[in-house]
Amino acid sequence: MLLALLLAIPLSLFGWFVLQIGPVASGQTLQASFAWLPSLGIALSFRLDGLGLLFALLISGIGALVLLYASSYLHGHPHWGRFNGFILAFMAAMLGTVLAGDLFTLFIFWELTGLCSFLLIGFDYQQEESRRAAFQALLVTGAGGLALLAGIILLSQIVGSSDLTIILDSGGLVRSHNLYLPILLLMLAGAFTKSAQFPFHFWLPGAMAAPTPVSAYLHSATMVKLGIFLLARFSPVLGGTDSWFVCLTCIGGITLLLGAVKALLRTDLKQILAWTTVSALGMLTLLLGLGTPLAMTAAMLLLAVHALYKSSLFLTAGAVDHGSGTRDITRLGGIGRSMPQVALAGGLAALSMAGMLPLAGFIAKELFYEASLHAPSSPWLVTAVVFLGNSLTVAAALLAGYLPFYGTLKDTGLHPHQVDLRLWLPPLIPAMLGLLIGFFPAVFGSLLVAPAVARVAGRPVPVELALWHGFNPVLLLSIITLGTGLALFRLHRKIKLPTQPTKWDTEQLYHLLLAGLPGFAGMITRYLQNGRLRYYLMTVTGTAVALMAVTLFTSSTDSMDLPKPDGSLHEWLTALIILSGALMATMTDSRLAAVAALGVVGYGVALIYILFGAPDLAMTQFCIETLSIILFVLVLHKLPRFALLSSTGSRLRDMVVALGIGSIMTLLVWHAVSQPLIPSLSAWFMQQSLPAGHGRNVVNVILVDFRALDTLGEITVLAVAALGVYAMLKPRSSKGGTD
Amino acid sequence: MHSLILATAIRLLLPLMLLFSLFLLLRGHNEPGGGFVGGLVVAAAFALYTLAHGEKEGRRMLRIAPLQLVATGLLIALASGLLPLLAGLPFLTALWSSVPAPVIGHAGTPLLFDLGVYLLVAGMSLLIIFTLMEEN
Repeated sequence: MLLALLLAIPLSLFGWFVLQIGPVASGQTLQASFAWLPSLGIALSFRLDGLGLLFALLISGIGALVLLYASSYLHGHPHWGRFNGFILAFMAAMLGTVLAGDLFTLFIFWELTGLCSFLLIGFDYQQEESRRAAFQALLVTGAGGLALLAGIILLSQIVGSSDLTIILDSGGLVRSHNLYLPILLLMLAGAFTKSAQFPFHFWLPGAMAAPTPVSAYLHSATMVKLGIFLLARFSPVLGGTDSWFVCLTCIGGITLLLGAVKALLRTDLKQILAWTTVSALGMLTLLLGLGTPLAMTAAMLLLAVHALYKSSLFLTAGAVDHGSGTRDITRLGGIGRSMPQVALAGGLAALSMAGMLPLAGFIAKELFYEASLHAPSSPWLVTAVVFLGNSLTVAAALLAGYLPFYGTLKDTGLHPHQVDLRLWLPPLIPAMLGLLIGFFPAVFGSLLVAPAVARVAGRPVPVELALWHGFNPVLLLSIITLGTGLALFRLHRKIKLPTQPTKWDTEQLYHLLLAGLPGFAGMITRYLQNGRLRYYLMTVTGTAVALMAVTLFTSSTDSMDLPKPDGSLHEWLTALIILSGALMATMTDSRLAAVAALGVVGYGVALIYILFGAPDLAMTQFCIETLSIILFVLVLHKLPRFALLSSTGSRLRDMVVALGIGSIMTLLVWHAVSQPLIPSLSAWFMQQSLPAGHGRNVVNVILVDFRALDTLGEITVLAVAALGVYAMLKPRSSKGGTD
Repeated sequence: MHSLILATAIRLLLPLMLLFSLFLLLRGHNEPGGGFVGGLVVAAAFALYTLAHGEKEGRRMLRIAPLQLVATGLLIALASGLLPLLAGLPFLTALWSSVPAPVIGHAGTPLLFDLGVYLLVAGMSLLIIFTLMEEN
């Protein structure tokens, strides 16, 4: 009952998406938009087009299978409910990303998928390995996400909108812009980390710490495909340039080979499958990089086909584990007799993965070869890479989908037994779908692949999928690939290969960086949080002054006129008193004298207020000076005798800092007074003071009437500051006090 | 620190200074003065008294805890802003009585607001001064 309710969510979504196939295939785009941050032009908007629909179908369909499967796989698990919550949240985040109609909507959901996958990978949180893998995935994809955010912001700045529909129409503008390369690199960083492209490939196999249903979902339909989705989505905007071609084909090619080779070096079923996922993601990146209509068609088809066979293989791997107790291929063999349905699903999926006639994988591989033979640049090199990768994939497919089930029972210690329906049906359905697509490729091509390709290419592209193209070079390549793959598979069982990761892996770099981080943080803390007030002061004032200086010297274009020295004698005398007070405060070696000298400075300033007709200010200044001197004396007479603790060097440094602050403040004031005052404001207050504020004292009327809200804020701050001082001084004084 | 001169003088000065501070507060709307400076004068008066007679005596003379002064001041200022709301006017709109009062002249909410500032500033300064002097 609970399971039915649970399945109702993804199934109803899937059903709705299926109903949209017709309208979307006819070229419609469904859109919905909700106001989110209207002042920034950001909307929570969604659009359903061919590309989004293909992904949405995979996400909701495979999601439903995974939920069904997990209900048996995690049967009796104490956190089964939590698992369902995570998976559904993950599904929602994925759907949000692929259906987003706004750059920022896309980014928010993109990051949510990262968070959800963190929870899912770390599902067995008692195990350290799980936690580490989850953390690694979050760090790597999160760092990429930040790069993506930067790219998105730049992109929306250039185009002047974050609406995806507008962005997708602005390809020419973006590609010819100076910032094109930075945007491309930033967005690629986001895409490559998410889909585990070299050199960020290492997090994905680590994510195998997740329960098998999660791996199946993560690897087939969801998160790792998001990077591919991003590349496909922005292909009309960013694609078609040399840098796009070079970046994607090189990285894709390296990832393709690296993943395929590593897959053959593993003995754990899930690890083998994980590395072939890396390899498949490399293929997809390579194809999108080629950028021809043929390559895009191959990419979209391969994407769907891969999702089907990979989900099936992962789910069978879990069933094998469940039914026989191990995932180690050196111990497995011949268990298919005990679990025929699982063996059928695994076998079909493996054949599709190997690209065998008449399965969907065959069509995808044919297209793949055709696209590589017609690559816009160095087709022979590309084809060679693809050939090598495909041959290795064939061998890996045999390892994962043939070896465990067929032949004789290798390890008699295993007692494989039948698994229940909920474990064999979910892998069988996508495997059968692969067969179905193989028989009706044209229908699948026109309904799902063509609308998606049209969005990737930015224009309608004729898509004709067929199982049989006649005898041609591509077919020949396919046959040679199968032969080579079979040979590799045979060879693989003969020779012993190293199974541990080498020290030249980029994962080592990640660990190095991670280990260096606490040291770096410690260094920052030592500089910024060292507990010494004088350094805090120096940092704060230094930063403020530096910022002010930069603003002052870069933004002010008008020259500052040196004011003419035309003061009267008593003004000069006052200035002299202030100066000598300040000088005295720095030179004296008695604290009391220093305080008194500061008092002289304060009174001098108050005197200036009087001379320039501001009695209110002067009066307040006199009171403040008196009180602060009293406070100073109260604090100072508790301190030990004055002693010169600081060295000459630090005194010199303090002098430089003080002079810097003083000079900048002087320049600032100078600049301010050299600007013409806006007389209208003060005149308005002068005029309005008596009639509107019932007072002749303009200053006070402004304080308590015109800008009373400001004053209210300020006195609130004062009250809070008083509480702070009270809280800081009180516990200390009460400790040694009366009680 | 005990000074006979200061101790004697402040007994006479304290009421004068308090009176002066009230004068500053009330006339502030038309002449130099106001709540802020008035509050500072109150604080100075009690600070001098406390210097001469000690912290306990100072607190006794003030009769009300400084923290309560701060709170009362803030509440009065806030209330002066809330009053116009009752009359359906925006927050902090000034209300004035039409009949002039004997000493103050026109009475109105800005004066109430100023009184709040006055109490708060005096309370805050005295809070710090008393706390600092406590240990002696």
